[in-house]
Amino acid sequence: MKASAKGYGGYGPAPWQQTSWDARAAGNFIGGGMGGSLIVFAALSGASGRALTALMLAGLALVAAGLVCVALELGRPLRALRVLTNPRTSWMAREAWTATMLFPVGLIAATGVAVAAWIAALLALAFVYCQARLLQAAKGIPAWREPLLRPLIVTTGLAEGGGVFVLTAPLHGAATTLAVSLFVAAIVARYAVWIAYRGRLHVSVVPQTRAALDGAGRVLLFAGTFAPLALIGAAALAGPPAWPLAALGGLLAALAGAWTKLVLVTRAGFNQGFALAHLPVRGARS
Amino acid sequence: MTRWAMVADLRRCVGCQTCTAACRHANATPPGVQWRRVLDIEQGEYPDVTRSFVPVGCQHCDDPPCLEVCPTKATRKRADGIVTIDYDVCIGCAYCAVACPYQARSKTTRPKFAYGVEMENEAKRRDDSRLGVATKCTFCVDRVDAGLAHGLKPGADWQATPACVNSCIAQALAFGDLDDPQSNVSQLIASNAHFRMHEELGTGPGFYYLWDGNAEAAE
Repeated sequence: MKASAKGYGGYGPAPWQQTSWDARAAGNFIGGGMGGSLIVFAALSGASGRALTALMLAGLALVAAGLVCVALELGRPLRALRVLTNPRTSWMAREAWTATMLFPVGLIAATGVAVAAWIAALLALAFVYCQARLLQAAKGIPAWREPLLRPLIVTTGLAEGGGVFVLTAPLHGAATTLAVSLFVAAIVARYAVWIAYRGRLHVSVVPQTRAALDGAGRVLLFAGTFAPLALIGAAALAGPPAWPLAALGGLLAALAGAWTKLVLVTRAGFNQGFALAHLPVRGARS
Repeated sequence: MTRWAMVADLRRCVGCQTCTAACRHANATPPGVQWRRVLDIEQGEYPDVTRSFVPVGCQHCDDPPCLEVCPTKATRKRADGIVTIDYDVCIGCAYCAVACPYQARSKTTRPKFAYGVEMENEAKRRDDSRLGVATKCTFCVDRVDAGLAHGLKPGADWQATPACVNSCIAQALAFGDLDDPQSNVSQLIASNAHFRMHEELGTGPGFYYLWDGNAEAAE
């Protein structure tokens, strides 16, 4: 009688991949994490002048691209501004409010105002955090509601933004030792959180989710962690002529993070199905 | 106070899907959208196989995850426990759909018709305000409210009772006020073994399942 489906909450049909959010929603998390963190790195690097302008505008453009992605998923896009209505409880509304403040401050920072760059960085960090809370508040998806998803999304965003920062270093010339060190720390932290996150999901998610996550984990380990660390290390040893190595490391770190988020949303987003705590005996009622 | 809730007696449900059809008729949901579903669950292997029929839908939770995440306040919870959606406010972000552990919410972005083209009966009940927004079971809130306005008792008077409950051929579904100890649902819950789905999530579903507790304990 208790032959199957135990382990996911009871008896019932197998969970299935959610279809409410697709790659467009993932695009919001990718663009937001990458762009927001790029703004953070711009401030931390102490970039100024044209470099600051370029980094701020690029970061804002990535955040905007993510928001456009999610706007394309709205059933009623003309009502999009209503997303600001409920910041009291909704992390989506809080994300929208943070973005609303980030854009004007970021544009002011792009004009070269150093104080604005720091404020923009704080707002950008808050934006990335809102995204992490947003996804984790989706209680219907076991792989998302795991609390460790929050640091995972934040560190993934930082590694992505840091990756773009290092990738574009020859253009902006602001890749200080501090900024690159933080990028390396973000890569390491991301994978450490990933291991902890994946460990917590050992029994609470379906095998399809585990398989999807394990595939993403391999990409994160080799393309997103080992390769960038090796390339950054080699570039540091070889000196300035080896900048393409560091750039490649940055690119790989960013792409691996983006892939992880895409997998989380579109392949690991299995719901928990319908689960009965007990099976009835039909006709048993007296 | 009033807390409207539903009870499904899993020992009585025969899986006829009449409630599903009644819901679709009452609420004119498009093809593919079922606010009241009945799952057909088989467990075990031959010859030791059991089959269960389980009505599901919005659980009108005490602490609905859909309510908290809604960025627009389109989703609201009434004082009587019924969770509603304002179609004129919803932006169709589907955040509520991924937050709901009961897969109760649907979003249809374009008109759908049973035979591909719009039939006369579909045209009569077409409601474009429900396109591109989240929809779900309302516990037939319009029937409940209209009934109350006329002095009727939801769950006891059919005019004030959700369509799925009215239509159930086996009296497997019941609707009533949990805060009234004399109501049918309170009596059923008090006198039967029961559980709620995904209770461990702390959502406090307003949908109770009755089962034969003694039978499982005896095995």
